[in-house]
Amino acid sequence: MKKNWWKILSIVLLTYAVLGGLLLEVPRLNIVNETIRALYFHVPMWFAMVPMFAISMVYAILYLRKLSHHSDIYSVEFANMGLVLGILGIITGMIWANYTWGTPWHGDPKQNGAAISLLVYSAYFVLRGSVQNDEQRARLSAVYNIFAFVAMVPLIFIIPRMTSSMHPGSGGNPGFNMYDLDSKMRMVFYPAVVGWNLLSVWIATVRIRLRIASEKLADQNL
Amino acid sequence: MNRLFTFLSLIFIPGLLMAQEAEMADTMRSNGKIYAVVAIILVILFGLFGYLVMLDRKVSKIEKKVKV
Repeated sequence: MKKNWWKILSIVLLTYAVLGGLLLEVPRLNIVNETIRALYFHVPMWFAMVPMFAISMVYAILYLRKLSHHSDIYSVEFANMGLVLGILGIITGMIWANYTWGTPWHGDPKQNGAAISLLVYSAYFVLRGSVQNDEQRARLSAVYNIFAFVAMVPLIFIIPRMTSSMHPGSGGNPGFNMYDLDSKMRMVFYPAVVGWNLLSVWIATVRIRLRIASEKLADQNL
Repeated sequence: MNRLFTFLSLIFIPGLLMAQEAEMADTMRSNGKIYAVVAIILVILFGLFGYLVMLDRKVSKIEKKVKV
């Protein structure tokens, strides 16, 4: 129980995010109207995806340094979790864009950049699936993982800010100015981000533990 | 008189429209139907949390069995 305090914290924070996100006051703005509350759910997907991909890259580097099989498992499962969050982020973004921009796919630099980086990460799993030898697969995909993370940074954080974009936090603006996020919204938004990050780590670690245990079981049966 | 009224309304109506607040789901909040939405989302969320906790325990049991 003592080791699992962060799992309880994630449940508490996400419950608060739903309650606060739906019931607390939000700024009354034209065009977005009540959909401004989607910020509490759509943006945390991306704010959890990037740390998951970062953890995945750290384990990829660790794998290349020590060539330990466990680092490879950690790297894959965190990349898996990041991809799930990214797909959820892009779907929720399309639903939101349909109401505020008038079309689900606007071809906005931020949207395109996010889609390309998800494709780059999808190729990571294609690469893993196409190599038979365990060690070769781990080594190749670890190198590709580092490339995928480095490619994601300009696609999501730099290019959308250099061009004009309808997405908030783009087009030369810093991420959060007073129009994007007022202090009342931060009170719900930041706990939601922390909660989703903890939940993602939780899901990823359950999958990692299951993989390690089942490999051990297979070894014992040999 | 009529012309004056038209003139005044032309000046003031856009101002009144600008002052009007953005439309929000205030009716849904005032009659409490929002709580049904909150309850439904929380039930789904807690169902998934419960499922994850059970999965976590199952993996712990397997780990004990194979002594990871």
